[in-house]
Amino acid sequence: MHGIVDVTAQAAKTSEAPSGPLLEVRDLTVEFATRRGVVTAVSQVNLTLAKGETLGIVGESGSGKSVTSYTVMRILDRAGRIAEGSITFSGIDVAHAPESAMRDLRGREMSMIFQNPRAALNPIRTVGRQIGDVLLQHVQADARNVKEKVIDILKQVRIARPEERYHAYPFELSGGMCQRIVIALALACRPQLMIADEPTTGLDVTTQKAVMDLVTELTRERGMSTLLITHDLGLAAAYCDTVMVMEKGRVVETAPAERIFRDPQHPYTRKLMRATPRPGITLKDLLPEEPDVPPAPAENPLPLAGEGRVGAGASTMATVSGAGAVPLLKVENLLKEYPRQGAPSAFLSGLFGKKAPPEERIFRAVDGISFEVKKGESVGLVGESGCGKSTTSTIVMRLIDPTAGKITFDGEDISAIPAKDFAHHPLRGRIQMVFQDPTESLNPRYTAERAIADPLLRMGGMSGGAKLRARVAELAEMVGLPQNLLERFPHQLSGGQKARIGIARAIALDPDLVILDEPTAALDVSVQAVVLNLLEELKQRLGMSYLFVSHDLHVVGLLCDRVIVMRQGRIVEEGSSQQVLDAPKDAYTRELIAAIPHPPV
Amino acid sequence: MTLATADTPAPRGLAATLAHARYVISDNPVTGIAFGMFLVLVVCALLGPFIVPYDPLASDTAAALQAPSAAHWFGTDNLGRDIFSRVIVATRLDMAIAVFSVALVFAAGGIAGIASGFFGGWTDRIIGRISDTIMAFPLFVLAMGIVAALGNTVTNIVIATAIINFPLYVRVARSEAAIRRQAGFVQAARLTGNSEWRILLTTILPNIMPIMMVQMSLTMGYAILNAAGLSFIGLGVRPPTPEWGIMVAEGAAYIVSGEWWIALFPGLALMFAVFCFNLLGDGLRDIVDPQRRT
Repeated sequence: MHGIVDVTAQAAKTSEAPSGPLLEVRDLTVEFATRRGVVTAVSQVNLTLAKGETLGIVGESGSGKSVTSYTVMRILDRAGRIAEGSITFSGIDVAHAPESAMRDLRGREMSMIFQNPRAALNPIRTVGRQIGDVLLQHVQADARNVKEKVIDILKQVRIARPEERYHAYPFELSGGMCQRIVIALALACRPQLMIADEPTTGLDVTTQKAVMDLVTELTRERGMSTLLITHDLGLAAAYCDTVMVMEKGRVVETAPAERIFRDPQHPYTRKLMRATPRPGITLKDLLPEEPDVPPAPAENPLPLAGEGRVGAGASTMATVSGAGAVPLLKVENLLKEYPRQGAPSAFLSGLFGKKAPPEERIFRAVDGISFEVKKGESVGLVGESGCGKSTTSTIVMRLIDPTAGKITFDGEDISAIPAKDFAHHPLRGRIQMVFQDPTESLNPRYTAERAIADPLLRMGGMSGGAKLRARVAELAEMVGLPQNLLERFPHQLSGGQKARIGIARAIALDPDLVILDEPTAALDVSVQAVVLNLLEELKQRLGMSYLFVSHDLHVVGLLCDRVIVMRQGRIVEEGSSQQVLDAPKDAYTRELIAAIPHPPV
Repeated sequence: MTLATADTPAPRGLAATLAHARYVISDNPVTGIAFGMFLVLVVCALLGPFIVPYDPLASDTAAALQAPSAAHWFGTDNLGRDIFSRVIVATRLDMAIAVFSVALVFAAGGIAGIASGFFGGWTDRIIGRISDTIMAFPLFVLAMGIVAALGNTVTNIVIATAIINFPLYVRVARSEAAIRRQAGFVQAARLTGNSEWRILLTTILPNIMPIMMVQMSLTMGYAILNAAGLSFIGLGVRPPTPEWGIMVAEGAAYIVSGEWWIALFPGLALMFAVFCFNLLGDGLRDIVDPQRRT
């Protein structure tokens, strides 16, 4: 073990000389053994990372960007193997180094930040001890001074009150705070290379900005090299020196960050760039210019088939023309309270004679908000996680009961109907929802056809047979789902196809109001572009109203007529999309807009 | 991580299941062996009485206590009955007890567990306390007590075996249902107007079937062992009915005097069956494990 430490230490020393790059990958091909044969996940990848450089690897899911970085760390799972090529990290042949040498390299010379910070931390150890473990393992501290060093590190990642947080468990910290701890863990041994795998996916934009600024600052300070793996071209361009774009396991383009935005060479890069929502564009601008991709359903309007549907379509169209007149949904002084987590129960505090002040025991997720959605209008509900937007939409959806307040839907007070009885209420079919995660919201044991048919069977008064099949086929056509995919199960479909099933299911009963709960958050940008266009097209045709819940102001701005910005359960700003995006009145809205990564254009 | 294979059309239905089973078996031949063993058991259970060379009940005192030979492969017992024939014929009874008790406990414990995990609250508390109460007894002693109290019949062995396995099913089903209680597809089913009970039976139950299948295979082994154990101490099946547990009990007295084959062969049959179901359980777990469904 000692010999190996010496070897790597020496190798590290030799690389201090400005001669070679820190990391060099040549013709890397990685294969996975699956039950349907060998699959090449990454093929012929070349990359060079100089000392102190930041390289962004950008690509959509399945592009091989994560596999590439895992291979560099040699943490591929059992089924994967390096079929060809070489990886040289400061003079060490990573592809052939013994596992013991790799273990020593990992953490000390190269380290990694994962996508889900909470999952990367051990839930039953305090964060201070977890950082201490790493320091002790790599002989960066001894039992006496470890606490001191850990607090020092916590200070460096800007954790307020580090002495106190030393004793905190991961669940006691917010997502952004957890990611700072993970960064602290990754930087604890002053490695030369840091791999950040989607470090800010799942974090709010303002937190994303804070975390990325911290990463850039710390790595610059220490002269570290960074590999940033992301699906967000804007983020990569804003924080990286060089950007490498990958598609289906191959590198399609590598260029300096400014150049890739100003002058993208490869058609795939251009397609990605077009699909990235940005200010001053329309929905159509997101789609690729040349129709070489399968035509989006937005481009081939179909006649509405089926007698019943024509009638319904016509009547809703009529109301569209009169949009702005009647409010479809009216929410007044909506309030939802939860008992505060971690607060002692009334019984316990009574037992010990301590009485917590009542306002501390209750947490107001939604704090008396009021808004309206008119017929045929789409309203965006924007805010960061914990602002109450999802609670609001779930209450409007009538899946949970509000503490107080009134919800009027088409003139009927629906807040009076308990959530558990609403499943049988005739209005159930008129308020539908598209879920955030298309995979998670589909029953793994239902085929696409069965999933779309479910609302028709339960509430559409259909009981199978040719009529049902015809309606399902028609819905599939409306959302652009090829008919031959209808008998497949969710795991046999791509993310975009699953999203289409989710939409088809939501519109099956001709709802008046569809709640879209971040319907594109789990999708790649190019798929997001197509799905957003599809939603807009369906709205035009069917005259539905949308309540679009999202954290992404740009996406909301593209699809919605009006935007409501929420913070801590209250509405801070409300206005037309253009007005809110271009001339935000509230400081918080301005902060949100500023935090979206701006590529150097 | 959907790799490049996402484009190739996936095989469907039976063909896909067979292809997947082949993949798992080639990856782990032990699973193949377990399926082979299972097939042997099924054949013995179905065709046993028709393929054996002797009548399992016919005694022939002239040929008593003969060692294994070409005429009597497993030898004969104290009444001259052919042990090979008795062992094969006993398969049906032992398997039937196991299958019926597992089916019973799956219906009762599985549904109770899903309801417990899905509804939570009072349902969960009541079902949880019932299974805790059962767990509080030494299980085999409980089974003995139930059979002794209800009467010495095969039906009561089935019921006793089902009752002692109840908490196992409740716990597995409860945790699996609780994970899925707030899943997106369950919420979606609510939105499409499904009632809670319908969601439980048509959405949750099919999704936890794979894990329940594994559980059923593993408890089949325990059930056989339990039935044999009860017969061994004289509860349940009565002589002269061929049953592995009784046969071991009858033969036990003769081991000391050197007639080892009387107890050994039914014991081996018992071991074969239990081993088969345990291996099968491991194999099924591999087949249903999504981690291996690359």
